[in-house]
This record gives sequence, structure tokens and C-alpha cells, in this order.
Amino acid sequence: MDSSLIAWIIRAIPFGTIIMYGAMGEIMTEKAGNLNLGVPGIMYLGGFAGFASAFFYENSVADPNKFLCILISLTCCILASMLGGLIFSFLTITLRANQNVTGLALTTFGMGVANFFGVFILNGKSYSAAPLANSAYSAKIPGLSTSFGVVSETLFSYGFLVYVAIVIAVILHLFLNRTRVGLNLRAVGENPATADAAGINVTRYKYLATCVGAGLSGIGGLYYVLDYNRGIWATTGQIEALGWLAVALVIFTTWRPLNAIWGAYLFGTLYWLYQFLPSLLGFTVASYVTDLIQMVPYVVTIIVLIVTSLRKKKENQPPAHLGLAYFREER
Amino acid sequence: MSSDISKKPETVNNAAKSQTTGNTAAKEPFLRIAKKDTTSLKNKILIRALSILFALVLDALFIFFVTGLNPFAVYGKMFAGTFGSSIRFSWAMRDLVSLLCIGVALAPAFKMKFWNIGAEGQVLMGGLITSLIMVYFGQSMPTWLLFPVMFLASILGGALWGFIPAFFKAKWKTNETLFTLMMNYIAISFVACAVNILRGQASSLGKLNMSTKIGWFPMFLGQRYNINILIVVLLTFGMFFYLKYTKHGYEIAVVGESENTAKYAGINVSKVIMRTMAISGAICGLCGFLLVCGRDQTISTSTAGGNGFTAIIVAWLAKFNTFYMALIAFLLTFLSKGAGEIASAYGLNDFAASIIEGIILFCILGSEFFINYKMIFRQKDKKGEN
Repeated sequence: MDSSLIAWIIRAIPFGTIIMYGAMGEIMTEKAGNLNLGVPGIMYLGGFAGFASAFFYENSVADPNKFLCILISLTCCILASMLGGLIFSFLTITLRANQNVTGLALTTFGMGVANFFGVFILNGKSYSAAPLANSAYSAKIPGLSTSFGVVSETLFSYGFLVYVAIVIAVILHLFLNRTRVGLNLRAVGENPATADAAGINVTRYKYLATCVGAGLSGIGGLYYVLDYNRGIWATTGQIEALGWLAVALVIFTTWRPLNAIWGAYLFGTLYWLYQFLPSLLGFTVASYVTDLIQMVPYVVTIIVLIVTSLRKKKENQPPAHLGLAYFREER
Repeated sequence: MSSDISKKPETVNNAAKSQTTGNTAAKEPFLRIAKKDTTSLKNKILIRALSILFALVLDALFIFFVTGLNPFAVYGKMFAGTFGSSIRFSWAMRDLVSLLCIGVALAPAFKMKFWNIGAEGQVLMGGLITSLIMVYFGQSMPTWLLFPVMFLASILGGALWGFIPAFFKAKWKTNETLFTLMMNYIAISFVACAVNILRGQASSLGKLNMSTKIGWFPMFLGQRYNINILIVVLLTFGMFFYLKYTKHGYEIAVVGESENTAKYAGINVSKVIMRTMAISGAICGLCGFLLVCGRDQTISTSTAGGNGFTAIIVAWLAKFNTFYMALIAFLLTFLSKGAGEIASAYGLNDFAASIIEGIILFCILGSEFFINYKMIFRQKDKKGEN
């Protein structure tokens, strides 16, 4: 296989994994009827909390343990992201605030919190690193990652979170389609009034789905900082763009977790198209053309959006009550 | 994490608990929530003021526990950000109108319940077209022609960017929130490409037409930004009257309330959606024109600078009343300027502004609940009002 094609795949899969987490969390949230546009903010919160906890653990303990490092950073990441989800849930479910606006405010807030405290960790430097956490998160599977040549290189050369993402996608699929709780959750998103009449506690489902979904999305931020970005925290707007891409991926998958697996990798491939395709085909393009190529993932998303709305297939539509608050007395 | 976040979960749990117990109890629930018919203006103002006060208290706690600074001293310092000197005030006004202009542009779309998240892209398209004309036709066109051409072209660019998602929404009900969001990134891509071409071999794109200053807004009444301010003030009044006193405005309101009602009343819903979004995009495009000619004299992917998103919140909180928008835009500008001032004075960083802004927005958004709903607690005797 061509070496630049391999390099392309090796870039695309980790990139896809970041947005796969974001998208799976958002699928969970949207299936309960909550359109949380705070995904970028939540990914910031998760990424920063994970990084900061790993950073402090590494620097305060004399002999830091890799396993503990993963445990601590993952816990902090999920908790921080769930807190973000809780703010959103409280405002939109209990106080019935508008979901779009609240989500955007959460994005501002999450970005602010992460970067504000990030500056204290940076302490004047342009970036700071958590090398131990990075080596823990990006540790490859021993044996598998070397013994099968190209296959190992393209399929088994990633940190464990890449494979966990696939497992979670399958679990989420089974959960939403095969379990009673999952079906109830979807009922809440499709028609909360009917769900309520059937004895489902709409408020509890919405709260849980949003918070758990936020926790999942946050792992995307963690993966970005501690693995993809080599354990480096710097003040950039990169996570925000990734968060919006995750929201786009949710539409692309037509709200199906299994589609998120290949969809995410496809997005990763498209994202890195500008760098690898020209060299693969053996020609160079001017840098302003690469700027244009970067719009491809977004154009593809729009096309999917249009096509699904054109075909009007029932199973491809967004949850019917997406973005609307439920108020029992207003039925 | 900071103390203010950890405060929230308690209230959440309590509220959730009281609701769930309320739902399952057979007797009269402890807490019932009912929609208010009307809320007097006095109460509305009171509730909003209280929510901002509450937010300021939360922010004060945040400032105190995180930085150890005296919150009152910090708040005092904030005033200097906007009112410290005449140049600061002029900068604050400049940023205020940049935000307000987009808010005004979004008002008709949001009143129609069309979630235009794409203001950022619409502004960029307007700005992009303006700067291209400025660079490539600046020499060959007389000034009296150049400005109208840039003005019209930027409006067309923004209108096109707003029209595309509206067309699909009107014809096939394509989800506009996500469509407009994606359009932002396509616009960013175009701008990045154009900047790349315009700068050529240089490392960055400086001010356009630096030597000739062709296409720059002149000083007006002795101030650099007065033309921007004047145009936005006119837009603010114009949009208020458009929404309130014209047939178009009425149609927008009806479509926003209920599409079926609109259809029944003989309103051509598709036409209204497309027309309104073209207008919304056009004003965003115009904003791009103002930013390029009157503020930056250059273009970059961050020309809109997140204002497209902030303006959504401004438009929503103001309930589409452009004068309230001016107030809220002022509040936000004041905050971000103040936070910048605090940042430099106490060696913090600018992101404090985002946190403070976020907390205030959460509180104002939450306070809407108390304007729209009333809580009725269980009482011994028959009825009680709260």
C-alpha cells in the first residue's frame, strides 16, 4: 500500500474518533429531544478537566502510575462534562429556556472556563504538556500493533480510546434499539406527551440522557488533548471547530450510532483530504486551493441534510420533538 | 472547578425532585407550575434585574474564590473598560454596533422561528465581497461609485448566503439550524482562500489599500466609527418599524406563531421564509461591509469574531425588539470590555469575560421561566397565589 495512503488513514482514524465521541453523546441527547448546541463547550470542559487533572497528578506525585492517571483524568473529564450537561438540562428542562440559545451560551461558557483556567496552567508558556498521560492514552496494543505489517499499522496502532469508541457505538446502538429503557428514551424524543401518558418519567429521561450524553461528548475533548494532540494544552479555537463538526456528524449519521463509526472515519478522511490527496495523486496544489478543500466535510453534511429531507424516509428524520421543551400542561 | 458551577446541581436536584414527587403524588402536588397569562412590565423588569443581580453575585463569588480579589474593586474597575477614556468609549461603541447590527439582522428570522445560526458566515460573505471589490476595483472606480457598489454587492452576498438554507427549508423542510451552521464553515473556507491569494508572499494580510486608503470610511463628525454607528442606529429604527408596522412584519409574526394559521390566512409561507431570510442575510452582509470599510480595513476568518453567535443570544433575549437589543448588546459589550480591563489590571486573562458573560446569560435565560410561568405551592386552604 502506498505510504501516503497509510499516513492518511493513520491521521483520519484518530481525528474521526474525536468527533465520534462528540457525536455519540449528542445522538444520545438528541434522541431524548434535546438539541444541545453546547457540544463544543462541553468538549472544552471535558478536555480541559482531563488534561488539568492528569497534569496535576503527574506533577504532584513522585512516582505517577499510568493506570491511575487514566482513571483520574477520565473521571474528571466525565464529571466536568456532565456538569456542563447538567447546567444545560436545568435551564432547558426545568426552566424551559430555549435550547439553541442555552446551548450557544454553554459553548461560550465552556470555552471560557477551559481557556481561563488553562492560562494558569500555561503560566506564561505557549503550551504545557502532560507527557505521562499522553503515553498512557496513546499506548498501543502490544503484539498486535507490530506483527501484521500494514494491517497493524492502519488498524492497531492507536490508543485504547479509539477501540472503546467503537464498542460504545455498538452498545449505544443496542441500547437505543433493543432495550426497554432505550426505546422509552426515543419515545421521549419523538413524542413526550405520549411517553408521559405511558407512564415514562419524561423529566428524568431527559436529564439523564443529556447528562450522560454530555459525559460521552466530553471524552472527545479528552481524547483530543491527551492523545491526538500529544498531551499538549494550548489556547486554540480548535476544539470549538471539532465540536461543531461533531454536531454535523450527528446529522450525517441520521441519528444512528453505528453509522457514527464509519461516518466519523469518513469525516476524518475528508478533513485530511487537503493534505494527502494531492501527494497521493502526485501533484501539488497551491495553498489557497487547500483552503477550499477544507470545506468538503461541511458540504457533504449539507448534501446529506438535503437528501434526507428530500427522501422523507421516516427512519431518517430527526426526533420529532427535537429542540422543543415539554410542558405537560401545554399539550 | 469554580464554586459557582458546583452551586447549580443542588438546585437542580431539588427542583427535579420536587417535580418528580409532584408528578407521582395522588394528592395535590407540592409544587405546580402554570403558565402566566400576562406579566406586567414592572414585574418583567424586576425579574430581569434580579437575574442580572443574581448573576453578578455568582460572578463575584467566582472572582473571589478563584482569584482572591475583592469583587467590588473588580467590578469598579470594569467601568473603566468602557468609560475610562474617550477612545475606550469609542471602541466600546464600535463593538456595540458591530454586535447590534447582527442582532438586528437576526430579528426577523428569529421572529419567524427560523433558527439562523449562520450570521457568522453571512457577515463573512459580505465582508469578503467588499474587500475583493476594494482591492480589485478600488483603483479603477471613482469613490462615489465604489461605495454604493460595495454596499450593494455585500448585501447581495449576505442575502445569497441566507437565501440558500431558506430555499431548502421552504421547499423541503430541511433543518435550518444545522444547514446555516454548516454554511458558516463554507464561508470561512472561502475567506481563508481569498486571504491566501490577497496576501501573496507576505506572512499576513495587512490593511487593504494601505497606501491609498481607497474604500476606507472617512472620518465623520470627527470620529472614526461614526458612519458605522449612524448606519446601525438607522437599521435599528428601521427594523423596529418593519417588524411592527408593515405587512411583511405581520406576516413574519404569523408564520412564527403558527405555520398552519399562516397558511389558513392565505399567507404564502415559502415566500415569507425565503424573503425574510434574504433580508436577514442581507443585513448581515451589510454588517460585513461596515466591518471591512469602517472598522478593520481588512478581512480575515475572524472578522465576525463570534459576534454571529453572541447576536443570536442578544436577539432572543430581546424578544426581537431592536431597542432592547441595543440595551443587551450594550450590557454584553460593557462586560467584555470590563473583563478585558480587569484582565490587564490584575494579570488575569481575557477569557474571564467569556465566563462572566456565560454566567449572566445562563441567569437571564433561566429568569425567562419566572416571567412566563408561575409556581403554585400546595396550601392548606383552597387557593393561593404566588
